[in-house]
Amino acid sequence: MKGIPISALLGLFFTVLYFLAAILAPWIAPYGMSEIVGDVWEPASTQFWLGTDNLGRDLLTRLIYGGRNTIFVATMATALSFSLGAILGFSAAVYGGWVDQVMARLNDLVMSIPTLIFALVVLSVMPVTLTVLILVMGLLDSTRVFRLSRAVAVDINVMDYVEAARLRGEGQRWVIFREILPNALSPLVAELGLRFIFAILFISTLSFLGLGIQPPEADWGGIVKENREGIVYGIPAALWPAVAIVTLSISVNLVADWVLNRTTSLKGGRGA
Amino acid sequence: MPDPLLTINNLRIEATIYAPGEKPRDAMIVDDVSLTLEKGKVLGLIGESGAGKSTIGLSALAYGRGGIRLTGGTITLNGREIRLADAATLRSLRGREVTYVAQSAAAAFNPAKKLMEQVTEATLHHGLVSKSEAEARAVELFRTLSLPDPETFGDRYPHQVSGGQLQRAMTAMALCPHPDLVIFDEPTTALDVTTQIDVLAAIKSAITRTGVAAMYITHDLAVVAQVSDDIMVLRNGQMVECGSVQRIIEDPREEYTQALISVRRIDHKEKKPTDTPLMTVENISARYGAMGVDVLSDVSVELYPGQTLALVGESGSGKSTMARVITGLLPPRVGQITFDGKPLPGALKDRSREELRQLQMIYQMADVAMNPRQTVATIIGRPLEFYFGLRGRERDKRVQELLDAIELGEGFADRYPAELSGGQKQRVCIARALAAKPKMIICDEVTSALDPLVADGILKLLLNLQAREGVAYLFITHDIATVRAIADSIAVMYQGKVQRYGVKSTVLAPPFDDYTDLLLSSVPEMELGWLERVLEHRKMESAGN
Repeated sequence: MKGIPISALLGLFFTVLYFLAAILAPWIAPYGMSEIVGDVWEPASTQFWLGTDNLGRDLLTRLIYGGRNTIFVATMATALSFSLGAILGFSAAVYGGWVDQVMARLNDLVMSIPTLIFALVVLSVMPVTLTVLILVMGLLDSTRVFRLSRAVAVDINVMDYVEAARLRGEGQRWVIFREILPNALSPLVAELGLRFIFAILFISTLSFLGLGIQPPEADWGGIVKENREGIVYGIPAALWPAVAIVTLSISVNLVADWVLNRTTSLKGGRGA
Repeated sequence: MPDPLLTINNLRIEATIYAPGEKPRDAMIVDDVSLTLEKGKVLGLIGESGAGKSTIGLSALAYGRGGIRLTGGTITLNGREIRLADAATLRSLRGREVTYVAQSAAAAFNPAKKLMEQVTEATLHHGLVSKSEAEARAVELFRTLSLPDPETFGDRYPHQVSGGQLQRAMTAMALCPHPDLVIFDEPTTALDVTTQIDVLAAIKSAITRTGVAAMYITHDLAVVAQVSDDIMVLRNGQMVECGSVQRIIEDPREEYTQALISVRRIDHKEKKPTDTPLMTVENISARYGAMGVDVLSDVSVELYPGQTLALVGESGSGKSTMARVITGLLPPRVGQITFDGKPLPGALKDRSREELRQLQMIYQMADVAMNPRQTVATIIGRPLEFYFGLRGRERDKRVQELLDAIELGEGFADRYPAELSGGQKQRVCIARALAAKPKMIICDEVTSALDPLVADGILKLLLNLQAREGVAYLFITHDIATVRAIADSIAVMYQGKVQRYGVKSTVLAPPFDDYTDLLLSSVPEMELGWLERVLEHRKMESAGN
């Protein structure tokens, strides 16, 4: 762990904290998720660290459970969009010709429809379950990853070492995973940090609009929605999820920057 | 004695190196170099890459490229100290008292502007003369540099003239403000030999006529010997020795200079063709895309087992296309390749793994020919695994044997390409090709990106390996000295055709055809007055015809 810059340590600390809180929610949350424990919008006290929400539930508990849902959906959606987008993008670049053209144009077609509207339409006809949410978000986001991976891979694909692998008789799988992927990792890692945050914002937006995670399940966007009227009366309940989103965003990107620095090293990170 | 034009004393230049993923560190680029240059004299700076030649050249403009700092010593130009001069002073002298000619003219010109505008730009910017006068100067210079149609040459755009002409246009640009000093930074390195000689002659006559002083930077001792009065040999940012051209060429004192002069004098006895050729190329024609013209037309050559066939020619002659056809990357339009007695399928995807194994390739740029994310062990080990199914300890043992064969030894297996020097990288590429136990290796300009001494080592290694393993080489190069050192037979290529083909002793002996004669006589030789002699000879010949 030596030699990790302070910014990365800070990012790592908060990221781990959020993920641990998400995983261990049932054990660390002070109250039950939808348990009404006090009055409506009670201010912060030793009993309720962040106060209570619009129904008198403990806000900290709601935030912890909400983070669990939000982070889970965002992580799975990002994982899906990256594995799908990167593999398809690399394949398009490696196969080239009409395969590439068909895939790229289809991708452009999907990208030309605004993501949020597309998602709203799909979610209004489909039953809103976690699986459907993850699939919709992952597939929509994979178009962005596809574009990036294809652009990066097209450049790598013409390098002499890829040609050398082809002349050796290597199959496409070796070329994609052993020659191209390791060299495309840096831009992908940079994109990963960003995409994860977009996914969190996306699921929060959907929940805020009522098409994301359904009550009584908590999630950060939903908490904002439930407590938004409180802002008029000076109740900060709706702001806490925003604080959570901001701190997690910054932390994840600090970590991504550090990983990026490591992956850019061409000496196996030994000189760092 | 008049004051010298330029005096550099104890110059020290440092830079901070930001390697990705590493802590920044300071490095000494130039250490304690002193020189003087008098009016009208030409000083040649010579050394291998990283010797600091260009950095010293640019320091005469008190300029440091990309984060380079001039940290010590004095630079005196026309009696003024300029190392610590302010920006206004520097602006007034750059492009007026000192001008610069860059290596790659194609990259140095703005493609959107006509040549005349760019050639006269510095002159007009400094308000030296009126526009019409500057253009008259430029036309005069075009004439001195023997550019075609000097009156209208300036109306063209950079892409409308050839590389050699562009390089001469840049020389005109540098000479137009009538500077006291011109820095030539490898002006002919990117050119073909046949073009290089014209540019060299033009530069030399322009220097003589205008009486300007010059610093001529190059890695080619034979070239610098033609244009300079004095030569300074540099290595790792330090001066090795300095003296008149004659003294350096005829009586080099330092070991390093002696090595530079005797480079490429490998004695290679040619082997006679045996009964059956390993590879026969018959009547190959090939083109890129369905339309267009043939890049190769009707090429036939033979390569015998354990021998070397050199493909020689300038850029655009079709040498590398030939390699692409033989490797199957570009299936021929017509013609047939026979390898080891059997016809070889034209397209890569139709070839069997065994056919692929027999034919390996080494690239010009070892940097990009190896995956930067793989260790040397993976790079060399993969063909072993792929062709012979070697794994684990067996594979590691063979990797080490191969590393020994390329004279690298222990401790290299775990390194990444970025941790190797240029010569070591090329050696690893050779090991990767050898790992497949091929019958034939295509070497595409394998030494042209390397410094002369390192290139020499690679050539010797290739010859040793050939003697030991009996592998045949198809050696693609534009460098005649390399051909002399390694070839058994030679095919001279010109515009996609084989101009001359046969065993080395016949090809390199008269009577020559016109093109081979031009090519051979254009190769700079390391002796004084070579340029004048060749030009005189050519003039007489053309007068005789």
